[in-house]
Amino acid sequence: MSKVLRSVGLDVGTTSTQMVVSELEIENRASQFAVPELEIRDRRVVWRSPVYFTPLLDEHHMDGEGLRRLVEEAYAQAGITRADVDTGAVIVTGETSRKENARTVLNALSELAGDFVVAAAGPALESVLAAKGAGADRISGTQPVLHMDIGGGTANLALFREGKLLQTGCLNVGGRLVKVGEAGEILYISPVIQGIFSQKEGERISLPAAEALAEQLVRALEMAAGLRDRGPLLDRLWTRECETPWEIPGDRPVLSFSGGVADCIDRKHPDFAFGDIGPILGRKIRGSALCRGAYVLGRETIRATVIGAGCHAAQLSGSTVFYQNISFPLKNLPVAGLGEEGILAMPGVCSPSYRDIIAMAEEIVEKSGPGPVVVCVEQDMAKALGQALSARLPREKPILCLDRVRVGPGDYLDVGEPVGEAMPVVVKTLVMGQP
Amino acid sequence: MNKQDLAAMVAEILAGMGDEPMVKASDYRPTAPQPEAKPTACDGAFVPDVTALDLRRLYQVENPENGEKFRKMKERTPARLGSGRAGPRYQTLTMLRFRADHAAAQDAVFSQVPEDFAEKNGMTEVRTRCKDKDEYLTRPDHGRIFDEANSEKLRRLPKTRVQLVVGDGLSGAAIQANAMDCLAAIREGLKIRGIEAGDPVFVRYCRVGASDAIGELTGCELVCMLVGERPGLVTDKSMSAYITYGARRGIPEAARSVVSNIHAQGTPAVEAGAHIAGLIEKMLQKKASGIALQEALA
Repeated sequence: MSKVLRSVGLDVGTTSTQMVVSELEIENRASQFAVPELEIRDRRVVWRSPVYFTPLLDEHHMDGEGLRRLVEEAYAQAGITRADVDTGAVIVTGETSRKENARTVLNALSELAGDFVVAAAGPALESVLAAKGAGADRISGTQPVLHMDIGGGTANLALFREGKLLQTGCLNVGGRLVKVGEAGEILYISPVIQGIFSQKEGERISLPAAEALAEQLVRALEMAAGLRDRGPLLDRLWTRECETPWEIPGDRPVLSFSGGVADCIDRKHPDFAFGDIGPILGRKIRGSALCRGAYVLGRETIRATVIGAGCHAAQLSGSTVFYQNISFPLKNLPVAGLGEEGILAMPGVCSPSYRDIIAMAEEIVEKSGPGPVVVCVEQDMAKALGQALSARLPREKPILCLDRVRVGPGDYLDVGEPVGEAMPVVVKTLVMGQP
Repeated sequence: MNKQDLAAMVAEILAGMGDEPMVKASDYRPTAPQPEAKPTACDGAFVPDVTALDLRRLYQVENPENGEKFRKMKERTPARLGSGRAGPRYQTLTMLRFRADHAAAQDAVFSQVPEDFAEKNGMTEVRTRCKDKDEYLTRPDHGRIFDEANSEKLRRLPKTRVQLVVGDGLSGAAIQANAMDCLAAIREGLKIRGIEAGDPVFVRYCRVGASDAIGELTGCELVCMLVGERPGLVTDKSMSAYITYGARRGIPEAARSVVSNIHAQGTPAVEAGAHIAGLIEKMLQKKASGIALQEALA
């Protein structure tokens, strides 16, 4: 038995918008004489959009209506309709107005996205998706891999070892922090590099000044990679949205690059070929400590994030789960404590006794409020726990009990229509606050 | 039949197991442990317990090209891989562990579910035609039928749609480890679905085929039997559920559905139970089990 989920990935940035359509092949790994064990066996991209310019109302604000038309057009070109789409993720990127833009995008696409799971990313999810889209997780072995997705406004960092994510981070380092007109005049300077860059908007760009800026940005990347002692520069460029401490453990990791700037690392482009400092930044990375040890360019570069969104945002829950009176999809369920509205997340017990199950169910029932009961455990026990809850709660009570999914405090969960008995879920870490 | 013959037969049974990756017992010719083999730590009072080692984490090859990677892959399989060698032979540890696991598998076959097991767990106990373990192992046909006294006990059970059965099968250890947790989950699952199932019955010296006689004698619509699986070298505590719709003598094996591999390292007993309850509901709706159920659901 194998089923295919169709997934759409959208990466909406302040400069460009991309879409991919991918297929996630789901297969039952267990023999037909055992309890099913559904798994995503293959993730393949079946359609890629060109890189569109994001419709904007002004420098920083996206045009929702324009974006809706653009996505409709992309659907038509890909030959799919809303009904064909099972799951997906929208990643809203950009250095400014991220929060406002995310809202605009979600409102504009809510109709199109219809039944698919929408993940407005924070930088943490974005970092993970870009790294997975580029294949960095797969090349990581006992020696860790540090992936840097360097786009227009930010560099998203993710550290992997043996395929497992260790940490994520985000720096205000990108190719379009300075935009340059055709005549060489400076059109825009991002406020995040105030004090690091000596020129002003309207002036003619000077190559030495641009190179000096790029060197500073690269220095910050070197610090983040643990190749240079940390200085105030790193703290300045570290985005405020990333709160977690960033540490590179042990030896130098293998470096992996994606994003538009990655295309400028090994390939030579004229200095201001794209109306920004991307080529200069790429060149400086090439000459820095970042490229003096082992490094790779991602399997995908400029499309890494959108492919990550299309192929890697969704995961599958365990195959023995429980639900009643739930209408899918569920979006933006917050992780909450016992008795609060939201998901009750817990590690659970490995191979529990039925007495354990009853004790847990009774505790949850006793503290449950008027809303739906949603429980997410890591260990394989959700179906038994769900039915124990069902036996102790009113018939009409909505109950959802999932397992084999790990969510932590501050995470949000989207849950899609069940496939077989498993459900596609997207775990979102939204540092930008409630979506 | 004497003890030796019996042991030889058990070895044969173990050799016939195809499902779990294992070294076939019949291929195995024990030799005395080599004296020059690596000495194991010993303080004079205790020898280390070889069965306490987690084989999935153990990698014994000396000077490997990439031992760390091999160990990672090995975590995903219970197969005895990367055990290294001493000349052309196994290392002492490998050999001791193999013999220990083999002995546990043999013990499980002979293990008796305690006399008071049924009573303690609120079950009616019946016994197949077998009068002891020896007869059970040598006469599979007797493990499927009941004498008149036991038949009468089954006839007198309160009539229900679903008859739940626990049978010792080839591993009493599996039943003691999993049956009651699994049964509790099945019963609660049936209850919330509004399906009646009476008190479960415990069958001593039980083969899967006993389901058919139980179906006829109790007049139930469906028999769900939890039975100890033939033990292997990976675990001696694996249990299966055989579910038969319209069980009666002569029903083909293809008419049974099975959920296997129920144990702590496989499907947890409570999850399997919850799954089985859902499966029973489908069977009652479609009035089918086994291949016929698969076709009805396709």
